[in-house]
Amino acid sequence: MWVYEKKLQYPVRVSKCDPMMAKFLIEQYGGADGELAAALRYLNQRYTIPDKVIGVLNDIGTEEFAHLEMIATMVYKLTKDATVEQMKAAGLGAHYANHDKALYYENAGGVPWTASYIQAKGDPIADLYEDIAAEEKARATYQWLIDMTDDVDLQDSLKFLREREIIHAIRFREAVEIIKEDRAAKKIF
Amino acid sequence: MEEVRPKPGDHRYYELLEQLQAIDFVLVELNLYLNTHPDDLKSIEQYNKMAQERMILAKQFQELYGPLMNFGHAYSRYPFQWSESPWPWQV
Amino acid sequence: MKPNPEERVYVPFRGPFDPCPPLPYRTYVVPVNQYIVFQPVDLPQFSPAEALRHGTLWPALYSPYYSRKQKGE
Repeated sequence: MWVYEKKLQYPVRVSKCDPMMAKFLIEQYGGADGELAAALRYLNQRYTIPDKVIGVLNDIGTEEFAHLEMIATMVYKLTKDATVEQMKAAGLGAHYANHDKALYYENAGGVPWTASYIQAKGDPIADLYEDIAAEEKARATYQWLIDMTDDVDLQDSLKFLREREIIHAIRFREAVEIIKEDRAAKKIF
Repeated sequence: MEEVRPKPGDHRYYELLEQLQAIDFVLVELNLYLNTHPDDLKSIEQYNKMAQERMILAKQFQELYGPLMNFGHAYSRYPFQWSESPWPWQV
Repeated sequence: MKPNPEERVYVPFRGPFDPCPPLPYRTYVVPVNQYIVFQPVDLPQFSPAEALRHGTLWPALYSPYYSRKQKGE
């Protein structure tokens, strides 16, 4: 089971009232390479991966939920006190019509999240390579998001999330090395 | 009854929270690292040492600001503190 | 601003009928993880406070990023 901890993994401070940025950030909430997709992808693949690397998927998948909460916090703070007019001007009119200020698992274009964003092939190499690609795509998304805001505090939290993608990709690459290893050969560091 | 909710501008709350976030972050990093380096004894020792430090800091934080975890992983005063605001996205 | 050591630059082909004034170059980032197959043991570490701020415990695994807007791109 999971136990919730009542704190963010990293401080999220938003210093500029910019509801339009919330629309862009939603990409990492309910987009193809977003945190929800990442968490569900890894936690689902872990059932059919060699035992030696289950922990890698289990724990990175769990960390992704902490990142999902950070993105949600950014969106929440950016839209919390926005007026209807500000929502419309920020390109969130269609969102407002359907959801008011509620968060929704959709991408920046308003397309709802779908399980077809993620794969579980049952082949450990195929699955781990998908995971590595997912981390690099998420890293790229964070870069484009950082490019689109002047808010240094928001950039700071986004840079943290971008770095986590880089670390996760290293761990998945190590997982590939571990499962490549010949059973008879002894591991050398 | 002592007030446990952080007030706006409560610097101690944010300082202590960030200290906890820092130590917890090191534990996440070491955990992920140890998943692929299970034979690195030195890092296991560091992990265990940090886990101990974490318990002390979390206890201090929870005494001041209420429980960090639900489902029996932390004690509660009266009335039930867990469901009190603020939640992480509100601070 | 310090140049980003992880940044790579290329100039795309310029067609005679490109409608917009050409940008001088395109950039992309090759993060440090592309050069690590398996993390070696005993890498030097950040302090916990520094680690949190960098998003990693190990300076050797830290990848900086500078926003394109700040770089004037």
